[in-house]
Amino acid sequence: MYMWNRRDWLRATGALGAGALALPWSRLALGQAPITIGFIYVGPRDDFGYNQAHAEAVAEIKKLPGIKAVEEENVPETQSVQKSMQGMISQDGATLLFPTSFGYFDPHMLAVAAKNSNVRFAHCGGMWTEGKHPKNTGSFFGYIDEGQYLNGVVAGHMSKSKKIGFVAAKPIPQVLRNINAFTMGARSVDPKITTSVVFTGEWSMPVKEAEATNSLADQGVDVFTMHVDGPKVVVETAAKRNAMVCGYHASQAKLAPKAYLTGAEWNWSSAYRAIIDAARTGKPHPNFVRGGLKEGFIKTSAYGPSVSEAARKNADAIKARMMSGKFDIFAGEIKDNTGKVVIAKGAVQKQTDLELEKMGYLVEGVIGKV
Amino acid sequence: MTPDVLFDVVIGVIGGAVRVGAPFLFVSLGECITEKAGRINLGLEGVLVFSAMAGFAGAYWSGSPWIGVLAAGASGALLALLHGLACSLTRVNDIAMGIAIMLLGAGLAFYLGKPLIQPQAPQIPSIFLGEWSTSPTVRAALSINALFPFGIVLAIVMAWAFANTRWGLVIRMVGDSADAARAQGTSVTAVRVAATVAGGFIAGLGGASLSLYYPGSWNEGLSSGQGLIAVALVIFARWRPLNCLWAALLFGGAGAIGPALQSAGIGGGYYLFAALPYALTLLILVVTCSPARTLKGAPMELGMSR
Repeated sequence: MYMWNRRDWLRATGALGAGALALPWSRLALGQAPITIGFIYVGPRDDFGYNQAHAEAVAEIKKLPGIKAVEEENVPETQSVQKSMQGMISQDGATLLFPTSFGYFDPHMLAVAAKNSNVRFAHCGGMWTEGKHPKNTGSFFGYIDEGQYLNGVVAGHMSKSKKIGFVAAKPIPQVLRNINAFTMGARSVDPKITTSVVFTGEWSMPVKEAEATNSLADQGVDVFTMHVDGPKVVVETAAKRNAMVCGYHASQAKLAPKAYLTGAEWNWSSAYRAIIDAARTGKPHPNFVRGGLKEGFIKTSAYGPSVSEAARKNADAIKARMMSGKFDIFAGEIKDNTGKVVIAKGAVQKQTDLELEKMGYLVEGVIGKV
Repeated sequence: MTPDVLFDVVIGVIGGAVRVGAPFLFVSLGECITEKAGRINLGLEGVLVFSAMAGFAGAYWSGSPWIGVLAAGASGALLALLHGLACSLTRVNDIAMGIAIMLLGAGLAFYLGKPLIQPQAPQIPSIFLGEWSTSPTVRAALSINALFPFGIVLAIVMAWAFANTRWGLVIRMVGDSADAARAQGTSVTAVRVAATVAGGFIAGLGGASLSLYYPGSWNEGLSSGQGLIAVALVIFARWRPLNCLWAALLFGGAGAIGPALQSAGIGGGYYLFAALPYALTLLILVVTCSPARTLKGAPMELGMSR
């Protein structure tokens, strides 16, 4: 019969202690005044995409004691976001705001931040610069290009036509970085692969997105991915055309179980927690928060049933190297699609390199223009 | 550009013209019948959004896309009825009322449509006209929204009816001279309300085509102004139903040309292509509006020519 010995006892109590340490939130909440936090989304909260990824993390944050979350959706990137932010500050008493869309940053968030120096602003995706932007503002973002690189690896294995497609909203650095990572992931499997890009010009434009997907399919593209706010239309249209698809923002596996290969998903709650924690304990506002797979800021969707064994193995191996920090996506020599060398041979741009957040080129193998 | 690629682009644009043009066709036909009776319904943008939502809801809950289509038409007719009744009151401006309907329709649709963004609904079937071809591009371009042929028939019937049937003539009379209609003993109000409601039903089919065929889901950005463009199309089509058909195809094609060229690798100036439908509207209006024959074909009772 099994008996408790001293070693087991120590192990058990040690585990308990570690558990208690891992729950700093419950203890902090007891000693802290409640905080009101505002979250602003550019689209609906359940769009199977960018906004859903944020709203899911907010739902998690809301469960923590002492937090009151105020949410507003469908706020356009215009003067109206300034009104929303000011409203949350004056009427709801919010002291920390998360304006989550790219276009909120400049000039809208900066304008409201200048008027409310006691309120903290954490913007998603913007480029906060020391000395240029006020201390009560900041930005957080995830290196989701790691997920898009893995998407590309799987796409590279699965594509038969060797033509893969990317439906993109606007040619801003983050989007270009995803297109490039996706392409390089696929070309690491087969250098003959090309990525065709269609820019729709808007973050959410369902008819244009469907049309882009259809015309890419007409050109023989058989694996799709995208960077638009709601990937639902692209996923469904691609599935209708019997093409495969890699998801983005959140998992769209439910929409097309057979066509869905894998996907790059956000996991915002860790970033939220770090920023909220600082606000509640009075620590300086974290102005520049970044992380990738390793930091738990992003994750990948489970592989779909059609993904081959070879693809899974290769993608898992690269993912493991990313998790250990030994994998660099943007390692020279990298040429753009006009033949110009953009990262010299031997040079490496680590994920934290700010140059990557100013990306203005499409790499070799991408068919399209910025 | 090689001939192969050019062929694919052309076929893609033709297919896109039908796919993207279907909502334009239905909304412009709906507006056409409304305006023929002497009333403007700018609210068709709201009708389009609201009926897209209602159609999706109907198909989702009933499991049949055709019930969805009916729900879309009926909800469109309902909103149009509101417009028709309100505008029948004295001194109600139909432009202002139309804007109110536009906002109401979109607002209601966003509010009621919240639980419909995530689900998938059964879709209107495609009609495959391209089975004879081995090219997947041609087959894809020629698989057509089952509502679209109905739209073509509707355009032909409307064109014929306006010229040859008693009802068509009554609508035109009410639209051209309310006094003449009254003198003849026709109720102007009743005809206008009926025409507005019929127009709302037809525009509602455009909403069904958006949410149940292409792109085939409910989303708040679904219409993005297509209803308004379609209202403008009616002026461009000079209030002739058959012209509405060509105009809808032209605008559908203009919307499809940007993505088709980009996917063929011609990426430059895509903002220009995105603006193409609007530039086209301006161009055509400038070319066709000579001072000598301004707005020929406009129903006389419309606010703009009164």
